[in-house]
Amino acid sequence: MQYLLLIYENEKRFAAGYDPAEMKEYMAFGETYGKAIKGGNALRATTTATTVRVRDGKRLTTDGPFAETKEQLGGFYLVEANNLDDAIEMAGKIPGARFGCVEVRPIETFS
Amino acid sequence: MSELEDVFRMEWGRILSALIQTLGDFDLAEEVLQEAFSSAVVQWARGAPRNPRAWLYATAKHRAIDIIRRRTNFAEKQTELVIREECRTGNFIEEDSAVPDERLRLIFTCCHPALPAEAQVALTLRTLCGLTTEEIAHAFLLPTATIAQRLVRAKTKIRKAGIPYRVPSAPDVSERLSVVMAVVYLVFNEGYSAALGDTLVRHELCAEAIRLARLLHALLPEPESELDALLALMLLHDSRRSARVQANGELVLLAEQDRTRWNRAQIDEGCALVQSVFQRGPIGPYAIEAAIAALHASAPRAEETDWRQISALYGRLFALHRSPVVALNHAVALSMAEGAEAALPLVDALRSSLEDYHLWHATHADLLRRLGRTAEAITAYQRALELAQNEVERKFLSRRLEELASGGSGLHTGS
Repeated sequence: MQYLLLIYENEKRFAAGYDPAEMKEYMAFGETYGKAIKGGNALRATTTATTVRVRDGKRLTTDGPFAETKEQLGGFYLVEANNLDDAIEMAGKIPGARFGCVEVRPIETFS
Repeated sequence: MSELEDVFRMEWGRILSALIQTLGDFDLAEEVLQEAFSSAVVQWARGAPRNPRAWLYATAKHRAIDIIRRRTNFAEKQTELVIREECRTGNFIEEDSAVPDERLRLIFTCCHPALPAEAQVALTLRTLCGLTTEEIAHAFLLPTATIAQRLVRAKTKIRKAGIPYRVPSAPDVSERLSVVMAVVYLVFNEGYSAALGDTLVRHELCAEAIRLARLLHALLPEPESELDALLALMLLHDSRRSARVQANGELVLLAEQDRTRWNRAQIDEGCALVQSVFQRGPIGPYAIEAAIAALHASAPRAEETDWRQISALYGRLFALHRSPVVALNHAVALSMAEGAEAALPLVDALRSSLEDYHLWHATHADLLRRLGRTAEAITAYQRALELAQNEVERKFLSRRLEELASGGSGLHTGS
C-alpha cells in the first residue's frame, strides 16, 4: 500500500532558515528509507500559499492557506509500506515528528 | 446454559481469530462463523460432534468457500484455492491444533491505537468475547445503532488504512500492550462502577475483562508485570462483588462489608500475582493499585487495614501519575493513617482541580464530619449529592445526610 506522510509543524521554526543538523537528519531518513520513498518535498511557508475555489463556475482566488492553524503542512513523503504499522514506523522517524506531528494517510486506489 | 451456548462463549473468539487469518476479512469471517453456529443448532440436536471447535471451523470455512465462489474477483478466487487446499490436506475435523489460535493477533488489531478508544472496546467485545451488538449496546446503555456504526467504521478503517493482522514487533509491544490493557480495564470498570443499568450484564463485563486478561497472560510470549498486575487488580476488586451492594441496591462501604462474603479464591490468586510482580518488577501503576487492593483484601477486619502502607503506595502512585484523583485517594488513606486533621489541607488544596467531582465533595464532607464540623459537612454532602450520578452512591450520600441532620454521630469511617 502507499501512504502519504504529511508533516505538520509550526513554520515559525523555519523563519530564519533550516537548521543544518536537522537537514542532515532528513538526508539520513531519505537514505534509510530510500527504497520505500516514492516522492516527497518540503513546502515553502504558508505566507506564499494561494487558495483557489470555483463557485457557480466562477474562480475565486484568495491569499493564504485554506485554513489558519497553529501548525502548518510543511512537507510530505509518499511511501510504499506493507501496512499501517510500517508506515507509522517511518512517520515516527521523520525529524519533524519531534516538533510537530505527522499525519499518515492511505492512498486511495481506483480499480 | 445449554451446551451450545457454552461452546459459543468459549470458542467464538478463538475460531473467529483463525478464520480472519485465513480469509483476511473480518466481515466474512463473522458471517460464516455465525452461520456455522446456526447450523450447529440443527445438526447437534442429534448429538454434538467429538470436537465442536474443529467442526465449527470446518463448517465456517466451507461456507466461506461457497460465498467466495459466487463472487467473481480473481484475488478472492486465489483465497478460495488456498482454503480448499487446507480443507483437503488437513485431518482437522479431529485435531484441535488444526484451528490455529490467532487471538493475540486479533486483540492487538482490535486495540490498534489508530482506532478510537470506544471502537477498540466495542470491537474487542464483539470479536474476542462474542458479545452481540445488542449486548454491547445494552451494557453501555447506548442505542444499538451507535454500537453498530462504531463496529462498521472500525472494520472499514482496518481494511482501508491497512491496519495489519499481527502481533506488533518487539520494540512496539509495550506501547501497544498498554492500549490493550486500557481497553481491558475500561471494560472492567464499565462493569464494576455500576453507574446505571442491569447488574447482571455488568457482572458479565467484569468477567469478560478478567477472561481477556487471563487470555493475554496465557498467550504472550514474555511475562508482562503490568498485565499480571492488572489481572490481580481486577480479581481483587471483583472478589468483593457480592458484599459490595445490598439486596436493595445500596452500596456497602468497604469498612462495613461482610468480609466472609469476599471471594477467597480470587483474593488468594490476586495476592499471589501481586507478590510475584513486586519480586520481579518493574513496578508500574497497575502494580501499585493492585498492591493497595491486596492490602485491603488481606485485612481480616476493617480496623486492621494497613493504612500507613496504603498511604505510602498512593504517594508512590502519585509520583508515577500526577493526577488530582490519585492525590485525593492519597489524602483519604492519610486521613485513615494519621487522622482527618492531617488530610484536610491536602483535600482543600485539590478543590480547584476537582470542584466538579462528586467524590471530592464526599471526601471533604467525610473529613469535616469526622472533625465534628457538622454544618460544613452537611453543605459538602449536599453538593456531593447534587453532582453524583450513580444511584447507589446517591443513596449512600442521602443516608449520611439524614444521619447528620438527625444528630447521628456517624461512627462509621472509611470509604
